[in-house]
Amino acid sequence: MRVTMVVDGVSYTDEVEPRTLLVQHLREKLGKTGTVVGCDTGNCGACTVHVDGHSVKSCSMLAAQADGCEITTIEGLARDGKLHPVQQAFHDNHALQCGFCTPGMIMQAIDLLADDPDPDERTVRHGLEGNLCRCTGYQNIVRAVQDAAHRLKPAAEADRERETVAGGE
Amino acid sequence: MIPSAFDYARPSTVEEAVQALVDAGEDAKVLAGGQSLLPVLRMRLAAPTVVVDIGRVPELRGITEDADNVVIGAMTTHYDVARDHLVQDHASLIARATETVADPQIRHRGTFGGSLAHADPAGDLLAPALALGAVMVVAGPNGRREVPASEFFVDYFTTTLAADELLVAVKVPKHTGWLSHYEKFNRVAQAWSIVAVGVSLRVSGGQIADARVGLTNMASVPVRAVGVEQALIGQPAGADVLRAAAEHAAEGTSPGSDGNGDAAYRSQLAKVLTGRALSMAVGG
Ligand code: FES
Ligand code: FES
Repeated sequence: MRVTMVVDGVSYTDEVEPRTLLVQHLREKLGKTGTVVGCDTGNCGACTVHVDGHSVKSCSMLAAQADGCEITTIEGLARDGKLHPVQQAFHDNHALQCGFCTPGMIMQAIDLLADDPDPDERTVRHGLEGNLCRCTGYQNIVRAVQDAAHRLKPAAEADRERETVAGGE
Repeated sequence: MIPSAFDYARPSTVEEAVQALVDAGEDAKVLAGGQSLLPVLRMRLAAPTVVVDIGRVPELRGITEDADNVVIGAMTTHYDVARDHLVQDHASLIARATETVADPQIRHRGTFGGSLAHADPAGDLLAPALALGAVMVVAGPNGRREVPASEFFVDYFTTTLAADELLVAVKVPKHTGWLSHYEKFNRVAQAWSIVAVGVSLRVSGGQIADARVGLTNMASVPVRAVGVEQALIGQPAGADVLRAAAEHAAEGTSPGSDGNGDAAYRSQLAKVLTGRALSMAVGG
């Protein structure tokens, strides 16, 4: 069957078998290998992408179900060579070791910050419930998400700019 | 792994969906949100010849009300159910239970009707639907029929839905202003309930005027804790009454034994969790 979807701002139309998983379509047909597969059961969250603005596990959805939808993957976050603030916060807070869970963690973190721009630690941990990390012990991931929340706040932006100006940088 | 090959139908009305099921025969699977079905297909625990995707049937989505009920479209996602004002105001137990289902990504895709039709006894929405006296609206080749939750669930993963029938909507009688809590016990995040308890109480002037208590995973189907309800109704909403009522939680249940715990452990959990759920409902 024929499916059309906008992925990271580009529209693609392809023939797919009905059984094709969305993640498989993204990786194998569209070359979006930034999104990874970590399990067969829908538990790990490594494959998380946004479909029409909400996080989903792209291994638990058929490409056919995404027909007509708008998809954002980890590859679509950076702007003009500049990392998304959540990506930058993961980098700065050493929120990854092997990095396999990271694409999914970041996509889910962005979703949770959209629902709650200033989450406490408990809210972050609950919001990342569907994402498993086998390396970090989660501490720095939680830290990174809270750091990102501060960076994303419009007030914080203004403050930082003022500081920069005051500091003469 | 990827699923084995199947034919795919994407109806745009309930009638077309039912026709697709009639045409496909016994080997068809209905694809709702897919959060249980897709993993099962990937692990090849099921290999249907036809998958009928009901994700593009507008009638199946959304929440409305009539004089007596909140009507939840079968394809309404958990995310939308939990945030809906009608559900929060008139069926708060459904909202509380829905918030605990799986994880955020799964709540974005998984659906209210899909969970009920899947009928996993560890599923969190079955007991609340039963406790609140929900009625299932079912469409089939001969039109529509209504089935009360107390008759809908038959056994593990089994409902009264025939192979050519579709769950269209769920009518939940309004329990406006009732105090609710859903207390769920599992060992790790996103795991299924080992046992869970949903309570909804109508408290007036410090007295419990009415009570509904539903148990998750204490039998092959959801069960009402009738003994608890009877011990509450007409009593003051005080700690002693709640504690004594919770002692009845395991009466008439037939919990299974598995790697998560044996039947005696589940019975004990049911009492403890009922006690917690009752005091949470009354206190907050
Ligand atoms: S690959 Fe593990 S949840 Fe999708
Ligand atoms: S950094 Fe290795 S799994 Fe999370």
